Amino acid sequence: MTLEELDQIAKSVQAENAKFDQEISVCMGTGCMSQHSDQVKEALTKAVAAQGKRGFVRRTGCMGLCAAGPLVLVEPSETLYQHVNASHAESLAASLGGKPVAELQCELREHFDQQVHVVLENSGRIDPEKIDDYIARDGYRALLTALNDMTPNGVIRQITESGLRGRGGGGYPTGLKWSTVAKAPGDMKYVICNGDEGDPGAFMDRSVLESDPQRVIEGMAIAAYAVGASKGYIYVRAEYPLAVSRLTVSLREARRRGLLGNNIGNTPFNFDVEIRLGAGAFVCGEETALIASIEGKRGTPKPRPPYPAVSGLWGRPTLINNVETFANIAPIIRKGGRWFASMGSERSKGTKVFALTGKIRNTGLVEVPMGISLRKIIEEIGGGVPDGHTFKAVQTGGPSGGCLPAEMLDIGVSYDALLAAGSIMGSGGMIVMDDTSCMVNVARFFIEFCMTESCGKCIPCRAGTAQMFTLLSRICDGSGTMDDLSLLESLCVTVKEASLCGLGQTAPNPVLSTLKYFRHEYIDHIVHKKCTAGVCNIQAPVEVLA
Amino acid sequence: MRKSGFSRHALIETLHTVQSSFGFLDDDAIRFVAQSLHVPLSQAYGVVTFYHYFSLKPPGKHTMTICTGTACYIKGTDKLVAAAEKHLGICQGQTTSDGQISLMTARCVGACGRAPVVLTDGELQGQMIGETMIEQLERWAVE
Repeated sequence: MTLEELDQIAKSVQAENAKFDQEISVCMGTGCMSQHSDQVKEALTKAVAAQGKRGFVRRTGCMGLCAAGPLVLVEPSETLYQHVNASHAESLAASLGGKPVAELQCELREHFDQQVHVVLENSGRIDPEKIDDYIARDGYRALLTALNDMTPNGVIRQITESGLRGRGGGGYPTGLKWSTVAKAPGDMKYVICNGDEGDPGAFMDRSVLESDPQRVIEGMAIAAYAVGASKGYIYVRAEYPLAVSRLTVSLREARRRGLLGNNIGNTPFNFDVEIRLGAGAFVCGEETALIASIEGKRGTPKPRPPYPAVSGLWGRPTLINNVETFANIAPIIRKGGRWFASMGSERSKGTKVFALTGKIRNTGLVEVPMGISLRKIIEEIGGGVPDGHTFKAVQTGGPSGGCLPAEMLDIGVSYDALLAAGSIMGSGGMIVMDDTSCMVNVARFFIEFCMTESCGKCIPCRAGTAQMFTLLSRICDGSGTMDDLSLLESLCVTVKEASLCGLGQTAPNPVLSTLKYFRHEYIDHIVHKKCTAGVCNIQAPVEVLA
Repeated sequence: MRKSGFSRHALIETLHTVQSSFGFLDDDAIRFVAQSLHVPLSQAYGVVTFYHYFSLKPPGKHTMTICTGTACYIKGTDKLVAAAEKHLGICQGQTTSDGQISLMTARCVGACGRAPVVLTDGELQGQMIGETMIEQLERWAVE
């Protein structure tokens, strides 16, 4: 495969598409599939053929706005239809080339106009199982350019210049990580893609893997070239069957096109990727636990150092990055590190994908430049809190993150600003809560999660989270005392300081942040024996959810 | 096992395959896998019990899995769990005595945009309300 051959494939795809006047994309991500978008696609294909229209119906990945699914996009008029079902197929097909069907049209300009798509540039635009569709949109150009015209150091230089930071949550500079692995001695190195998206409330990685899997594979191949690895693993949750099946197809396609395997692009570079399934353990998002899991062991973390960059999978130097990080690589190589660095805030460059969920009108995926304010994301892009309720808090970073109140909405999203506010960037889940959520109860929910997910290796995390859960349960059911509260606070510090891995070190965050911003709710429960949100059942002697 | 060259590292992959064929992992299966891959039985058992995805009990004829991830929780999935438990008279993680229905919970299936979410026999259904779920359970109970 050479650049010229890529051009040829792209041209033939374009020639094929040019045969049609209209392109109709039907979203077939998990969200829309659950509303039978596969039937919509079938009905549309039939209707378009029956009416003799020159239209091409395509399956695509996620278009982002899950709240309005199933979604159908008609090009070139760029008309987006929402809540489409199979019975609408006839009228939609009839409208092609004429006036759009007004009652189905989705008019959410505000939602889409403020987004900048880098990672999601192909999501909802290409058929995720067709490698040629990806190639037609400049796919694999970055890999072949890197292999032919750049040295491994040159690639790392571009990544460093871009200022890209790990999108899994930690925010470690990607360029630095790559150069550490590249410098580590050893002839056998590994590249691992962390797709163990354990954060409940986050689904960016699932969406990227379902909508544009080739992008992740290309990113991994470029990384392998840069650090000198020849073998890669993608670790995906078993709970994401659609992502796994699309990845399997995509790996096969990439091998068929000679973009994985031996002598890629007629160079001495060899690289192949295998899928490893997770089995439902949140702690496996931690890199040393993930490595243990790939080795077929219980996913318990190890103390670092040694870092995986020096001694990782089977004791070899290993590069681990998140799905979204790898998805950023190809555009950076294609357009240059400087282009990427021109977006975002001072210390957090580029864009970030967020999963907007909870009590918000436009649930779904959004991709925005770093530095944009939380208020903009929630009120303008997200459409605000529905049903006349008022906003209470936004939870970022999953169970390791924190809850931020309305006063904090004007901070810009970046690794540092969120950390300073007592939360973390995390992998990008953003859960909005309104006045019907009790913050003590929410804190208890997260601690319960961390308690059950704690691997049990170190005591601060195993015993600490259990004790915190007992204290929070007591406060929730109204039998807590002020002593419990101070004990809880000191326990938070102990667990945070003394735990072995990220899970334990961040587990107290939801409690600490709610104590910081919503202390009055704790006091209400303890002193006034009331729950303003009406969630906790104070009279009951044992823990009961309303 | 052959696909992965009887490699020890393939323990989790192999267990996945066994579970997807038989629905659960019984003692015989774990023993067989451990022996074939030359992995200590204790390690195989440790792996099975560590990961939530593996089940040691046979599932019911139908499975209702309720997502209890954060987004679903905020949208009231705890009420769904309580309603289903009350209706079936079992706790989450159990199967009805006639073996018809298993009630499970999952930590986020990644369809948070459609919360609250349940999986009926693995099929994802979004924006679930209590009545619809109970209707489904009633249909299954008489099948």
